[in-house]
Amino acid sequence: MKENLSREEFLKGIWRDNPVFAQVLGMCPMLAVTNSAINAVAMGMATFFVLVGSSFLVSTFRNVIPKQVRISCFIIIIATFVTIADYTLLALVPKVHKELGAFIPLIVANCLILGRQEAFASRYPTKLAVMDALGMATGFVVALFSLGAVREILGDGALFGIKLFGENFEPWIIMILPPGGFLTLGVILLFFNWFQQKKDEFLADVADAERGSR
Amino acid sequence: MENFAWVFISALLVNNFVLTYFLGLCPFLGVSGSLETSARLGLATTFVMLVTAVCAWVLNTYILIYAPYLRLICFIVVIASTVQFIEMLIKKLSPALFRAMGIFLPLITTNCAVLGVALLNVQQQHNLLQSALYGFGASAGFALVLIMFSAMRERLATADVPLHFRGAPIALITAGLMALAFMGFTGLANS
Repeated sequence: MKENLSREEFLKGIWRDNPVFAQVLGMCPMLAVTNSAINAVAMGMATFFVLVGSSFLVSTFRNVIPKQVRISCFIIIIATFVTIADYTLLALVPKVHKELGAFIPLIVANCLILGRQEAFASRYPTKLAVMDALGMATGFVVALFSLGAVREILGDGALFGIKLFGENFEPWIIMILPPGGFLTLGVILLFFNWFQQKKDEFLADVADAERGSR
Repeated sequence: MENFAWVFISALLVNNFVLTYFLGLCPFLGVSGSLETSARLGLATTFVMLVTAVCAWVLNTYILIYAPYLRLICFIVVIASTVQFIEMLIKKLSPALFRAMGIFLPLITTNCAVLGVALLNVQQQHNLLQSALYGFGASAGFALVLIMFSAMRERLATADVPLHFRGAPIALITAGLMALAFMGFTGLANS
């Protein structure tokens, strides 16, 4: 039972409650850094680390943090992890760090992270909170990567900097510029909506059929 | 002098915070349902951004040189307390304005555009006047885009939008077209 529960918390973040596709949270870094797949993955990893770390800490101290100042406490915990992530990236991959620029520190203001602390980590035991954070963070990385990959393939004809098409490929420059981010995400959300609705219709059909056969 | 005007115009139009830096998207997509609330939010954000830009500059120049790794935490605390302070100030000075702004004031704390202004000011090494102008330009740009976008969304709400496009997808695609239009301002950079 316990195992199932934590697996459930993990899985829901990846698809059903995917932070980007289903909840439309954390948009700012989502669009800003996804002009190439590598940036998207670096950003995703940083967010992953911050989300899991701060969920763990918040949930561990959930009985100690006073209710009135909880938001400030969460933000300071998050800011600490972001500072660690910032300096780690600077040390390990200075080139990517330079491209991401101010967006690494801006993870602090990612509403996804604060939202999870408030809605989940501050109310549930550590193990569940960490599973939830892992799931949400994975969902976020998946979303970032898919957006980054689509934009890089269309806008630059490459993936992770490796050219996919021949010399004749005319890059669709607009996709790696800001408007492309909005358009691509709009289209991805469109597919998500469409898929969800097909699924709902299918489930309703199944329910109808069952009722009919009874 | 030209330089100062350029800092302002650049933050307002060419490098618009919402449409080219993607900052402050949460209120942009979340609150922009009606024209009136967007105008109020834009006003409140302008206040906070201007004050934060100046405070963050002072803090960064005189105190944080001794401890750069505390920058992020300090900025967050500055923003949160600025918002709190402005809330109290407005409540005292003009209760009518306070009621009009309502819940939007506390929400500004989590607006990444505000933190973005503070961080970008540091990154671009602006001096005090430039920082203030940059903050003002950025927030005016934010308010401008927010108001324009909400006017469009009011129209969209009554339009016959295809089923699957409703909600976030059509909003994002509209924003994309707006960003495309704003790219036209890039030409200002070379003149």
